[in-house]
Amino acid sequence: MANQSLNLQRRSASTDTPPVTGGQAIEVAKLIDVSKCIGCKACQSACLEWNNLREEVGVNTGVYDNPHDLTPNSWTLMRFAEWDNPDNGNLEWLIRKDGCMHCADPGCLKACPAPGAIVQYTNGIVDFVHENCIGCGYCIKGCPFNIPRVSKVDHKAYKCSLCSDRVAVGQGPACAKACPTTAIMFGTKEAMKAQAEKRIADLKSRGFSNAGLYDPEGVGGTHVMYVLHHNDKPHIYAGLPDKPRISPLVAAWKGTGKAFALGALALAAIGAFVHHTIVGPNKVSEHDEENAAELVEEGKSGAAPSSPETRPV
Amino acid sequence: MAIDIEHLPPRVRTRTFIDRYSAFARVNHWITAITFSLLALSGLALFHPSLYFLTGLFGGGAVTRAVHPWLGVILLISFAGMFLQFWRYNLWNRDDTQWMSQIGDVVKGDEEKLPELDKYNAGQKGVFWGQALMILVLFCTGLVIWDQYFGGYVSIETNRLAALIHAVMAFFAIMLIIVHVYAGIWVRGSVASMTRGRVTGGWAWRHHRKWLRREAGTKHAHRE
Repeated sequence: MANQSLNLQRRSASTDTPPVTGGQAIEVAKLIDVSKCIGCKACQSACLEWNNLREEVGVNTGVYDNPHDLTPNSWTLMRFAEWDNPDNGNLEWLIRKDGCMHCADPGCLKACPAPGAIVQYTNGIVDFVHENCIGCGYCIKGCPFNIPRVSKVDHKAYKCSLCSDRVAVGQGPACAKACPTTAIMFGTKEAMKAQAEKRIADLKSRGFSNAGLYDPEGVGGTHVMYVLHHNDKPHIYAGLPDKPRISPLVAAWKGTGKAFALGALALAAIGAFVHHTIVGPNKVSEHDEENAAELVEEGKSGAAPSSPETRPV
Repeated sequence: MAIDIEHLPPRVRTRTFIDRYSAFARVNHWITAITFSLLALSGLALFHPSLYFLTGLFGGGAVTRAVHPWLGVILLISFAGMFLQFWRYNLWNRDDTQWMSQIGDVVKGDEEKLPELDKYNAGQKGVFWGQALMILVLFCTGLVIWDQYFGGYVSIETNRLAALIHAVMAFFAIMLIIVHVYAGIWVRGSVASMTRGRVTGGWAWRHHRKWLRREAGTKHAHRE
């Protein structure tokens, strides 16, 4: 169930605004400084441990990514990318911790057909409420980052909760706590932005002139942000979208057109009723029956008398 | 206000009946109709939050999600049965174009002004081909978004497109069924063709005279 310690801002497939108790909510954020990440996967282990998840033992295919993709059990994953920097000929090892970005404008929540299966708290965390989840996979279609995964076991969708249960009691996410280089930090969104600015200034002084904060506008900003040394081309970080936004196809599918469609169906039914009221039933007249009887009579008496079938009434 | 005088005919002695649908066709039709209705109810439940309560008919949201695609499989098979039986009577001809150009007379019920028709009129043919096309598209797009068995087979962008087309097609299919059901109610005597399998001679004379002329000499027409 939704975390009772946190106030809701939005609920999937619901028009009612959830009641908010208490004062002004403070937005939280996780800041992932890619330039400080050493790829140790402590965050992955911490995530499994805190959320009591077990990942299957996989197979090595020659890359460091383990598992190979996000799964219903692995809500976060280190993605390793090798990039030839054309400016200086350096081979750069870009390691990005992938997982839910907790968008301010969450595509998953907008695509979800089950009331209350996806919620957004006033602090910005987007959480899946599994008791309401029906396992349709619409959240996967709605997500601009390809994050949610539906379990083959219980047919429910899973993703990073930003440790909403820890945040509710004043703790940071498990991954941030476990990170040995403090590449993962957690705090108010404002504080994290200020922290990022310092880091970006430092990176720029070291020659990374395009260093910047990844907090994409297209999804209203995110509550998981990256410090990237090459913020001008996010896609080199294992396919991080350059300009993420909710797909126009999803917007069309889930937009106001739905209400119009329902209205049109209702109008069609009402239109039929009105037509019947005005025109009246299209009835067969006695005259029609007589004409038909005559025609059938002629047919029977004419050629091919094929066993005239006469039944008693 | 005008006063109409209706002259009642003398007592009717005979009634003619024409066989229109075999028992197989009728059972096939009603399986299709029930399946379509269940698909519409479960689909609309997931189409708009205001109709989510319809999932209660199926035992909750998760069951609705699981059952809906299987109903789609049944519909495809059932409709295929109808398609094979009826397609040749639904081929378009010159009379249908004429009928369409006089749609105003159709809606007013002035059928004497319309050309004599064979087994189906252009509206019925429209429902037939429209449903054939839409059920096929709904099935194909439905497979794409059937996450439980076909998740991950195509790109997410293709999934999004399929979901959009599925919703749009479902809208038109339900729209067409509203027309189909209403036509059956409005044109009295039509329902009997799908319940008892036969229509009265007068019904055939009025709505499908060319068909009646063809059937008149055969054993499909009989008196009571």
